[in-house]
Amino acid sequence: MNTISMIILVVGYLILAPILGCLLAGIDRKISARMQGRIGPPILQPYYDVRKFIEKDQITPNKVQDFYVMCFLLFVIITGCIFFSGGDLLLVIFALTLANVFLVIAAFSSNSPYSQIGAERELYQMMAYEPMILLTAIGFYLVSGSFQVDTILTSSEMPFIYLIGIFIGFLFILTIKFRKSPFDLSMSHHAHQDLVRGLTTEFSGRSLAAVEVSHWYENIMLLGFVFLFFCNGTIAGYIAGIIVCILAYFLEIVIDNCFARMKWQVALKSSWVVAVMLGVINVGALMILL
Amino acid sequence: MTYLSKSPWVIHYDGSSCNGCDIEVLACLTPVYDVERFGIINTGDPKQADVFLITGSVNEQNKAVIKQIYEQMPDPKVVIAIGICANSGGIFRDCYNVMGGVDTVIPVDVYVPGCAARPEAIIDGVVKGLSILEEKRKASEVAKEASA
Repeated sequence: MNTISMIILVVGYLILAPILGCLLAGIDRKISARMQGRIGPPILQPYYDVRKFIEKDQITPNKVQDFYVMCFLLFVIITGCIFFSGGDLLLVIFALTLANVFLVIAAFSSNSPYSQIGAERELYQMMAYEPMILLTAIGFYLVSGSFQVDTILTSSEMPFIYLIGIFIGFLFILTIKFRKSPFDLSMSHHAHQDLVRGLTTEFSGRSLAAVEVSHWYENIMLLGFVFLFFCNGTIAGYIAGIIVCILAYFLEIVIDNCFARMKWQVALKSSWVVAVMLGVINVGALMILL
Repeated sequence: MTYLSKSPWVIHYDGSSCNGCDIEVLACLTPVYDVERFGIINTGDPKQADVFLITGSVNEQNKAVIKQIYEQMPDPKVVIAIGICANSGGIFRDCYNVMGGVDTVIPVDVYVPGCAARPEAIIDGVVKGLSILEEKRKASEVAKEASA
């Protein structure tokens, strides 16, 4: 991939990802409301919320917290830039982990017990989804012979055919990453009340807006992973990828509305069982067959 | 209309209410009234809330709690007293431990009377509160410009 197309992709991601992420969040709230027999907020409601956070005053118990939150936003954006410029999948995963570590530190930096328990639960969640994400990268490497996103993108064979187990496992941990029930332990995407507001209890004003915007960026990047499963260098593959992305998000909304929140032990055990059952066996099979 | 009045997040605190008004507040969130249509979300976090709904009278026990929640809410914010007990103390007014309405502790912007207040009346009160929220935002902007 040449430098100019890389720059276009990165700028496109920087501008389009928050717009798409915001619309996705709005549609999510609308569909959730309809599933509950309500009319629901306008599609642009997440945008109004973020603009309101910026208008409001900010109360920060510990000044360093805002710095960590901004680092979180910055590293989520960098993660997406690496991914959409066709960079290394492993680098994407490590940068995403670093971004999440900043969020956890931000929550730990205030002495509020609610945000501290939220931060601990965020660590459990990271423990739960990290193995499956690594197995996803390994799976892509075994199929296309490279960790580079642009090589996987143009590989002649659809990775999904070889990685069905890993794909299902990835959908499973997507519930955790999208902050949806039953695994929205540290904080919910919606305004559910558990531990006050969990991880974001002490965030207000601009730092809350930053958390919300980075959630939009992160969601689009994760859907990019789903898209990658269906790329085989043809237009049909790209269209299939986009359709599956939309279906995957809809599936997560259905799951969100069908389940109550579960304990962190359930989240950890079930996602590790899924990672071993689907991820490791899929990778093992690929190693023997390919 | 600015973004503030398009996404008012409320925090609800039960002073010493009999639960009648509390149930009516929660009824506003149900499919019948669905206040999320207007972007209203019932949050538990004072730091993320714009509208403070209080039901029940203020007594010696919860005086400090109400003050703390009020202080933790970032400006601009409005306080809405729901039900006659929160307005004036209601039938508990003469109790030895009751101080009276919410306005004995923190400034109240909107009074919603009733025993219990109807969900329609509560929504009407919140909508009235939104215009006050807007005025407060403008006033704080003027004050900020004056100080700068």
